[in-house]
Amino acid sequence: MSATPPAAPPMRDAQSPFARLAGDFFANPVAAFGLGLLAAIVLLAIFAPLVSPQDPYDLAQIDVIDGRLPPGSRSSTGSRFWLGTDDQGRDMLSAIFYGLRISLAVGAASTVLALAIGLAAGLAAAYAGGRFESFVMRIVDIQLSFPAILIALILIAVLGQGTGKVIAALVTIQWAYYARTVRAAALVEKRREYVEAARCLALPPARIVFRHLLPNGLPPLIVVATVQVAAAIALEATLSFLGLGLPITEPSLGLLIANGYQYLLSGKYWISFFPGVALLATIVAINLVADQLRDVLNPRLQR
Amino acid sequence: MLVFVIRRSLQSVVVLVAMSVIVFVGVYAIGNPIDILINPQADQIDRERAIAALGLDRPLWEQYLTFLRGAVTGDLGRSFVHSTSALGLIVEKMPATLELAFSAMLIAIVLGIPLGLWAGLKPDALSGRTIMAGSILGFSLPTFWVGLMLIMVFSVMLGWLPSNGRGTTVDLFGVPLSLLTVDGLAHLALPAPNLALFNVALLIRLTRSGAREALLQDYVKFARAKGLSNRRVIGVHVLRNILIPVVTVIGLQFGALIAFAIVTESVFAWPGMGKLLIDSINLLDRPVIVAYLLVIVTLFIAINLAVDILYSALDPRVRLSEGGG
Repeated sequence: MSATPPAAPPMRDAQSPFARLAGDFFANPVAAFGLGLLAAIVLLAIFAPLVSPQDPYDLAQIDVIDGRLPPGSRSSTGSRFWLGTDDQGRDMLSAIFYGLRISLAVGAASTVLALAIGLAAGLAAAYAGGRFESFVMRIVDIQLSFPAILIALILIAVLGQGTGKVIAALVTIQWAYYARTVRAAALVEKRREYVEAARCLALPPARIVFRHLLPNGLPPLIVVATVQVAAAIALEATLSFLGLGLPITEPSLGLLIANGYQYLLSGKYWISFFPGVALLATIVAINLVADQLRDVLNPRLQR
Repeated sequence: MLVFVIRRSLQSVVVLVAMSVIVFVGVYAIGNPIDILINPQADQIDRERAIAALGLDRPLWEQYLTFLRGAVTGDLGRSFVHSTSALGLIVEKMPATLELAFSAMLIAIVLGIPLGLWAGLKPDALSGRTIMAGSILGFSLPTFWVGLMLIMVFSVMLGWLPSNGRGTTVDLFGVPLSLLTVDGLAHLALPAPNLALFNVALLIRLTRSGAREALLQDYVKFARAKGLSNRRVIGVHVLRNILIPVVTVIGLQFGALIAFAIVTESVFAWPGMGKLLIDSINLLDRPVIVAYLLVIVTLFIAINLAVDILYSALDPRVRLSEGGG
């Protein structure tokens, strides 16, 4: 047994970084629960037409006679409304599944667009430096000094209402977070020896930026992006509730809640309550995942 | 320091002017207030007289210049709907919003800092974990929905508290306040905690992470090594050092509270500036929208400037970059 290598590397190093991160992530049962919940919500949203008891926006399937029934009631045709119905006789459970689709789609679309813009601006600022950097970062600073809801309201007041405009407002709010995060991470990496080495090899700037700066700036960006998806979903719901968000043709969770507002005062709680629970579950699940990602991806907290 | 203050103030003015242009042009490009404001039965002459009276027939840049000239003298135009001064309307609604925001901030400070300190000192205890879980919930709960649920439970089901309005107010130096009457406090009892919720969670997290970091610092270890009581170590050495970021955030969040009051005011029909804004957007009452946005942007810029200057005065470690910045 003399062939035993003198210093066997510990198991952690033998794993791929992804496997190690996954192991760290699932070490926390609460975070694992959050991820499970999030996966379930996303699946429900994607397969909404398959799992919903009815198509809530097909007029042939809903009946005003079934309007405002409490949870658990039977419809005129005998099927059950587990979460009650709204004023149009729509099954709330189905409406929530369809609403989740719209809320998640708007949140994801705005995040992806904002991420692309923020990433480009942040990396360019960090790499170019000088006047360009101060210009971009000054805009970011000024923008981040205003609360998101205020910027959203200004933009909605300026742009007008509609799905595209809501997404535009969400993108405008979010890009600054990404730009700042990416720039900060890239600035740290830019001074490292491996980047210097890459420069000495006369690698083109694009290669340095995308192959060296970007991968090393990813961990904090992933955390920020996760948090921002939740923030975008919450903000869209708030705007829609205020009547300044999505049009009625795109009934997101926020619109469902707004629709139930007037019935709340007469004790018909379910029209607002259940879509709110779905919204809350989505945001909590994303935040739980983000919280654990922050710990797992933070090198300062690593033993 | 003086250079910094002048530079920041100039920057603030530039931001303000830029915002006024964006807001003015944008707001005046949506919809057509003539259709809403003028009786459709009116004949052509009446229409034109009304358009001329509102100044809507002139080119946009001329309308902006008129508006700017007025803004400098504190005249932000007249509301199309109420036919009174737009700024006057906002100033009239401002005490209600400020009262709500102050109450919410007070609740956030009284709850958030002690709970955060506790969670930071006992990160692994059940109590600490519960506080943290609660703060995640506080971050995640959509304010408007929590407001609805508060109304549902306390107004509809239990019937304990009123769900809308300010209640009876008492004038203090000519400013109506709800805080001074029992009825007013009952009306504040739902909206103020609703608005405070996010900031309670924020202060818990901020205080906790500050406390956890401070506990690992050499000066805290040294204080313990000197044999100081736990009470003194935490009360003086830990707390004082985490208060700097906490005070900064409280200052900055106050502006955010005024902005977020838009949502809470809409839910609880609290007659403040935020509700006025939403009503004005729905009625396309442009002068009020523009005036509101300019007032709140000015408020924000002032708060940010004050916090920046205070921060540098509070914390000697902060060196304000007077060069590039």
